[in-house]
Amino acid sequence: MALLEVKNLEVKFGLRTGEVTALRDVSFTLDRGQRLGIVGESGAGKSVAAFSILNLISRPGYISGGEILFDGKDLSKLSAKEMRYIRGNRISMIFQDPMMTLNPVLTVGAQMVECLQAHTKVSPQEARRIALEKLKLVQIPSPEKRLDQYPHELSGGMKQRIIIAIALLLNPDIIVADEPTTALDVTIQAEIMDLLLELCKGQNLGLILITHDLGVVSQVTEQAIVMYAGRIIEQGPTKEIINDAQHPYTQGLINALPQQGIPGERLNQIRGSMPPLHRVPNGCAFHPRCDYADTICETELPGFTQSGGCKAACHLVAGRISLKSKAEETH
Amino acid sequence: MHSIEATSPSVWKRFKDSHFWHSFKKDKVAIVSFVIFMSYILISLCAPLIAPFDPYDMTQFDIMDSEIPPTWQENGDERFVFGTDSQGRDMWSTILYGTRISLTIGICAVLLQAFLGIIIGLAAGYFGGRVDSLLMRIADVQLSFSTLMVAIIVLAVFQAAFGAELYQDLALIMLVVVIGIAEWPQYARTIRASVLAERKKEYVDAARVMGLKSGRIMFRHILPNTLSPILVISTVQIANAIISEASLSFLGLGMPPSQPSLGSLISSGFAFIFSGSWWITIIPGIALVVLVLVMNLLGDWLRDVLNPKLYKG
Repeated sequence: MALLEVKNLEVKFGLRTGEVTALRDVSFTLDRGQRLGIVGESGAGKSVAAFSILNLISRPGYISGGEILFDGKDLSKLSAKEMRYIRGNRISMIFQDPMMTLNPVLTVGAQMVECLQAHTKVSPQEARRIALEKLKLVQIPSPEKRLDQYPHELSGGMKQRIIIAIALLLNPDIIVADEPTTALDVTIQAEIMDLLLELCKGQNLGLILITHDLGVVSQVTEQAIVMYAGRIIEQGPTKEIINDAQHPYTQGLINALPQQGIPGERLNQIRGSMPPLHRVPNGCAFHPRCDYADTICETELPGFTQSGGCKAACHLVAGRISLKSKAEETH
Repeated sequence: MHSIEATSPSVWKRFKDSHFWHSFKKDKVAIVSFVIFMSYILISLCAPLIAPFDPYDMTQFDIMDSEIPPTWQENGDERFVFGTDSQGRDMWSTILYGTRISLTIGICAVLLQAFLGIIIGLAAGYFGGRVDSLLMRIADVQLSFSTLMVAIIVLAVFQAAFGAELYQDLALIMLVVVIGIAEWPQYARTIRASVLAERKKEYVDAARVMGLKSGRIMFRHILPNTLSPILVISTVQIANAIISEASLSFLGLGMPPSQPSLGSLISSGFAFIFSGSWWITIIPGIALVVLVLVMNLLGDWLRDVLNPKLYKG
């Protein structure tokens, strides 16, 4: 059995206007040493998926169905105390904005020591030694100096390295990285992604990488999930998804990459935008934006169709609709 | 390890480079207020050393010396710089001891307020929901009674129930408790408001992800980030507590005449103000006004410095 197994996860948010479902029928598995990417537009439910793994969804949101099995235990049903043991210790998380994630009034060393002492009985000197070791591991320049510095004395890239070092402190099994490079500039992004990749390989970590950057996903991960409006629409080995996307939405995402554009021309884009959660269309949620949509797409929810190593939730892939002539022309 | 200590600047150096110190150096009002406030603290700490007489020792004063005006006045006596009160006590010594009592009550009452207010405000802000509603409604109820009303009722009932003698012994503690309890919602509300803002920041989520306990997140991560409003409100609240104590003493419900605070001094002199012995009321009055004024000025300055909107732009 896999280390982490998410089965039919469903997350709802109870709002004054009624309940909305932010995540439905999400299933995936992850083992130590595997790297999984979750891709999608803003609002697709990527971050909700990540937060629900650590049971961090706060009111009014809640996990309304499915299981998150970690080491055989269902994380969604653990007590607060048991969950505290998992957090940081077995599964740790890296957030989007390194500027905000470190506490501005505590030194880097204090924050690292605290995390260690929350889970293990180590002396302050020993904790400091471990902290220093992890700072060296993330290749931060002059690590000894950093321990006594406050977050505002560090650059964004250094902060993100420190956050990664904190995530590594207790040698977790899995790291969940929620858009770890979006707040950084491009050169630093590449450095941080290389670092994450290297660490995952070196430490045999499981990585869940949440991003909207397909380029990053293709560099780092082995498996990928594409999400749309709270559902998985395509899932499989990253290489196959990038090279031979089945779902029209994934194809659209790949076409929208700036590298796919023709110089001087407008970049490709998927027309329209993601529906708000309380107005998700019937049938396939993507059909109003889809070039291939047919009547069946408006009424019937597509199931997964296996195609090579991938599976995609689309009537087109399932062969239930024929390509329209217009669509054929464009191909 | 040695290299770490060598490279990291000392606390003192950090302080000297801080915005806090620079704006303090530039602000004359702040410097003057601070110096005056510190001299109050120093004087009240060293009262027994400075004071020429012990106002609590009945054998040291003589009724024959009563109502002697300050030295610079006609009939002044060189022994009594600020004159004497109706019982022949040296005003200077009595003011020194009175300041000590007033400051003690002010600071202790504010410590109690802060203790209650911080715990309740943090809990309300951090847990939210029902805990928040419940605690804040209690605070609203508490605030709807004015401090003086609560104090008058409690102190009067205590005096009536346990007699004035026991009250004399416990007056200091009673005043601290009453003023402390009557004013905690000020702290609780301020802290709750900043906690609500802090709680949404990602470092709190990050702390939860590290697997830290709620108490630890509240006190070690959120509380230090709400320190600036706490500091500002503290200066104002100490001034308020001193005034509350003075008002209560003036009404005869505060410190007994045998251990006068500034308020009871003003009160005891009030009976003689029309007979010409103005110094018994006016001199402690000035001492009180100056003390409260410098504290408020310091509070204003602190608020300006610690308000990031005013200098970070």
